[in-house]
Amino acid sequence: MPDPASSLTLLAIAFAAASGLPSLAMRRGSRKGQVVATSGMLLAAVLGIAGALLALLQPGSIRALPALPWPAGNLPGMRIDPLSAFFLVPVFLVGGMSALYGSSYRPAVRNPRTARRMSVFLGTLVAGMAVLVVSSDAFSFILGWEAMALSAFFLIGIDDESAEARSAGLVYLLATHAGTLVLFALFALWRTVTGSFAFDAAAGAALGPATRGALFLLALLVFSLKAGAMPLHFWLPGAHAAAPSHVSALLSGVVLKMGIYGLMRFTFMLGEPAPSWGWAVLAVGAASSVLGVAFAMGQHDLKRLLAYHSVENIGIILMGFGLGLIGVSSGRGLVAVLGMGAALLHVWNHAIFKSLLFLGAGSVVSRTGTRSPDRLGGLAAAMPWTAGFFLVGSIAIAGLPPLNGFMSEFLLYLAAFVGSRYPGAVDSGPLLVAAALATTGALALACFVKVYGAIFLGAPRTTQRPGLRESPPSMLVPMGILAMLCIAIGVLPGIWAPLLDRVIRSLPLGTGVDRSGLMSLAPVSALAFGSLVFAAVVTLAFLGLSFLVGRRVRRGQGTWDCGYAKPGPRMQYGASSFAASIVGLFSWALRPRFHIPRIEGSFPGATGMHSHVDDASLDRMVIPFMRKAESRIQWFRRFQQGQTQMYVLYVLVTLLALLCTLVPFGDMLADLVAGR
Amino acid sequence: MIDTIIRFAFLLLVPPLMLGLINRVKSVFAGRKGPPLLQSWRDIVKLAGKGIVLSSTTSWVFIAGPAVTLAAILVAGSLVPYGPFRSPFGFAGDLVLFAYLFGLARFFTTSAALDTGSAFEGMGASREVTFAILSEPAFFLSLLALARLSGALDLNGLLLGPEGGFSTATAAPLVLVGLALGIVLLAETSRIPVDDPNTHLELTMIHEVMVLDHSGPLLGAVLYSAALRLFVLSSVLLHVVMPFRIGVAALDWILFAAGLAGISIVIGVIESVMARFRMGRVPWFLTGALLCAGSAFVLLVR
Repeated sequence: MPDPASSLTLLAIAFAAASGLPSLAMRRGSRKGQVVATSGMLLAAVLGIAGALLALLQPGSIRALPALPWPAGNLPGMRIDPLSAFFLVPVFLVGGMSALYGSSYRPAVRNPRTARRMSVFLGTLVAGMAVLVVSSDAFSFILGWEAMALSAFFLIGIDDESAEARSAGLVYLLATHAGTLVLFALFALWRTVTGSFAFDAAAGAALGPATRGALFLLALLVFSLKAGAMPLHFWLPGAHAAAPSHVSALLSGVVLKMGIYGLMRFTFMLGEPAPSWGWAVLAVGAASSVLGVAFAMGQHDLKRLLAYHSVENIGIILMGFGLGLIGVSSGRGLVAVLGMGAALLHVWNHAIFKSLLFLGAGSVVSRTGTRSPDRLGGLAAAMPWTAGFFLVGSIAIAGLPPLNGFMSEFLLYLAAFVGSRYPGAVDSGPLLVAAALATTGALALACFVKVYGAIFLGAPRTTQRPGLRESPPSMLVPMGILAMLCIAIGVLPGIWAPLLDRVIRSLPLGTGVDRSGLMSLAPVSALAFGSLVFAAVVTLAFLGLSFLVGRRVRRGQGTWDCGYAKPGPRMQYGASSFAASIVGLFSWALRPRFHIPRIEGSFPGATGMHSHVDDASLDRMVIPFMRKAESRIQWFRRFQQGQTQMYVLYVLVTLLALLCTLVPFGDMLADLVAGR
Repeated sequence: MIDTIIRFAFLLLVPPLMLGLINRVKSVFAGRKGPPLLQSWRDIVKLAGKGIVLSSTTSWVFIAGPAVTLAAILVAGSLVPYGPFRSPFGFAGDLVLFAYLFGLARFFTTSAALDTGSAFEGMGASREVTFAILSEPAFFLSLLALARLSGALDLNGLLLGPEGGFSTATAAPLVLVGLALGIVLLAETSRIPVDDPNTHLELTMIHEVMVLDHSGPLLGAVLYSAALRLFVLSSVLLHVVMPFRIGVAALDWILFAAGLAGISIVIGVIESVMARFRMGRVPWFLTGALLCAGSAFVLLVR
C-alpha cells in the first residue's frame, strides 16, 4: 500500500497524461473535448500539488513509487524525495494555470485544427516533466526528458502555417536533441563507471576526482542547454516567442527549470564538489544574468523580451547554486545554505512571476494583435485587471520589495555578504555575485519600466481596435492566482521557509552546516515585517496625497509637454527610444544593427528605418557554423533519400554490425592458431 | 527612547533645510542674498494647499509615483544609523532592503513619468534608469567593502564600524568607499555634475524633467522626497567620511547636524564652481564610482 503522497502524485501524472486523450475521440473543434482536457489538468494540478506538499511536509524523506515494468528490470524506477517534491509544485501549478488560461486564450471552436493536438501535448508535457523529477534511474529520466522535449516541440510549432513557428520549432528540436545526445553520453559514462543506471549518490561519491569532473562537465553542458544559460540559450527566444502564450508560460516557467533540476540532481550525486564546479556554475550564471537582461533590453517583441528575461533569471538561479557549491567545497556552511536556498526559492519565484507575465502578454497580444510595445500604449484604461497583474509581475521580476522576487534575491545577496566576510582571495566570488546581481537588478527594473510604461501607460500609439475590452474571467483568474502567490511569498515567509528547509536538509551540503532552518539563519521574517511596514506607509502616503489633492483637481487637460501646442500620441517616448541609451551602453555585446535609408532627390518618397539586436549565439555563432558545416558534409546527402525502407535498412545494418562485436573473434582466432 | 524620537524628528524635519543651505551657498557664490533657509519648507507647505491639474492620459500610477517614492525613502531612512545613534529596526541584510527601496522608488517615479505620455518625461525616465545601472553596483560594492571591513551584515554594524571605530590601517579602502558613495550621492540626488536641479525645461535634465506634470501636493511630495533622499544618503556617507563620535548624546547630535551641514556646503560649492557634464560623460563619472568601490574591495582581499 503506497503512502498518500506518492499515490496522489501518481494519480496526478496519470490525469495529466490522459487529459487530452478524450478529445481525440471527439470531433474537431469540439468544445467538450477542451473542457474535459482542462478539467483533467486542473484535477492533476490539485492532486499533484497536494501530493508534493504532503511529501515535503511529512517526515520520512524518500518514498518509492511502484516501479515501472521496464524490460531492463531491477531498477529503482521512481521515488519522491524533497528535491523532487519541491520541483513538482511549479510543474503542476503552472501546468494547471496554463491549461485553464488556454481554454479561453485558444478556444477549440476558433482553433479547430489544432485544439486536440494542444490538449494532448499540454498534458504529456506536464506528465513528462513530473516523471522526470520523480525518476531515480536513467531510463525513467530519459522517458520523462523526451516526453517533455517532444511535447514541447509539438506545442512550439503548433501554428505550423506560420514560418516563424516552424523555424523556431526546428531550431528547438535540433537544440534539444543535441542535448539528448550529451545526456546519452552522460548516462553511458555513469553506467560504465558505476555499473548501474540507478541514480545512487553513494556510487557517485566513490568515484575518482577526474571521473566526477568529467561527469559534472557533461551534466553542466546538457542541463545548461536545457535551462537556456548563455551561450547555449540560442534556441530559447525564438521558441518562447513563437509558441502560444500559455505554452510560453509553461516553457519559460517550468521546462527551463528541468535543466536546473537535472544539474542539481547530478551534482548532488557526485559526492563533494570540487571548488572549480562552483566557479564554473557561478561564471555561467553571472554571464547569463547580465547579458540575458541586456539582450532583453534590445528586443522589440514583447515575448522575445520575456524570453531573454528567462535567461537572466536562470542566471540568477545558477549564481545561487554556484555560490552554494563554493560554500560546500570551502566548508562554509552558511554560504552553502543561503546560496542553495536562494537558488531553490528563485526556481519557484521565477516559475510564478514569469508565467504570470507570459499570460499577461498573451492577454495583450490576443486583444490587440501585436507583440510590439512600440505600437501599444494606454492599455491600462481598457484592461485594468491585466494591467494590475502585469504590474505585480513586473515588480516581482525586477526583484523589488515587497514581492517574491525580492525574497530570493535577498537570500542571494545575503549569501554574498556572508561570503565576503571570510578571509582569503578565493572569496572574490561574492564580489562577482554582488556586482552582477546589482547590475542585473537595475537592468531588469529599466526593462520592465519600459515594458509596463510602453504598453499600459500613456496614450495609445496606434489606433486601438474598436471595442477593446478586458480579458474574460477564465484568463484573469489564473493571472490573479499567480499574482496573489507573488505577494504571499513576498510577505509571508512562514509559508515557504519550512518547505525550503526540508529540501535543504535533504541535500548533501557537507558536515559543517547549521541545519536550524532558514527562518533562524536569515532574517526573512524581519524582512517581511519591513515589507509590511513599508506597504502600510505607502498606503498612508497614497491616501494622504489623495486627501490633499481632494477635489481641487482639474481634469480633461492634455499633458502639458512644455507648452507645445499640439502634442500627439506618436510623440511619446517609445519602448525603443527608452531602451536606446542602455542598448548603447551595452553595444559591445548587443551589436545593434540600424538600417537607415538614404534619402535622395528633391522629393524623396516615404521611407522608414528600423533597428534590431541579433542574438549573440544563434545569429553570430550557430548559424554561420552550420552554414560552414553544411558545405563540408554535402557528400552525406546521398544516404538521405527520404525512403523509409532505406532508413530501416540502415538501422538493421547498424544492429548487425553491433551484434558482430559480440562475436568472440579473438577467441576464434586463438582457436585457429592453436589448431583446434 | 529620546534618541529614537530625535532620530525621527531629524528624518522628518531636517531634510528641506539641507536644500535651503545648498541654495544659500550657491547664492553666496553668485553674489546674491539668497532665499531663507526655510524656503524649501515654505514651498512644500504652500504646494500642499494648492490645487492640481491631472492630464487626461494619466492613471492612478501618476499619483502612486510620488506616494511610493515618499514612503520608500522614509522607510529606507529609518534603517540608517545617524551619527552614533543606531536604527531601532536593523536586521542582518537590511542594506538590501535599503537599496531596493530606492529601486522601487525609481520604478514608480519613472512609471509615473511614462504615464503622462510626454516625450520629455520619457526621456528623463530613460536616463534615470540608465544611470542607475552603474550607480547601483557601485553602491553595493561599497557596502560589500564595508561589510568586509566591519564584519557586520546590517547597516548599523556596517556603517558604525567594528568596536572602537575603523582602524587607521583601513584608511585607503575607506577613502575609496567614500569617493564611490559620494559620486553615488550626487547621482541619486540629481545634483551637478550629473544633473542640474535648477533648470526644468532643458532637454538635458534627468530628475526634474520627470516631474514636469506633477503639481500641487504631488509636486510637494516630490520635493520633500528629493530632500529626504539627500538627507538619507548624506547620513550614510557621513559614516565613512566622518567616523568620529564624542560619547555625549547631545554633542553627537550636534556633530551629526554639523556633518550634514558640511555635506550641504560641499554640494553647494560643487554646484557653484562646476558645470554639468555632457550626458555622454555621466556614465564615465559613474564608472569611476564603480572602480573606486571595486578597488576598495580588492584592497581588502588578502
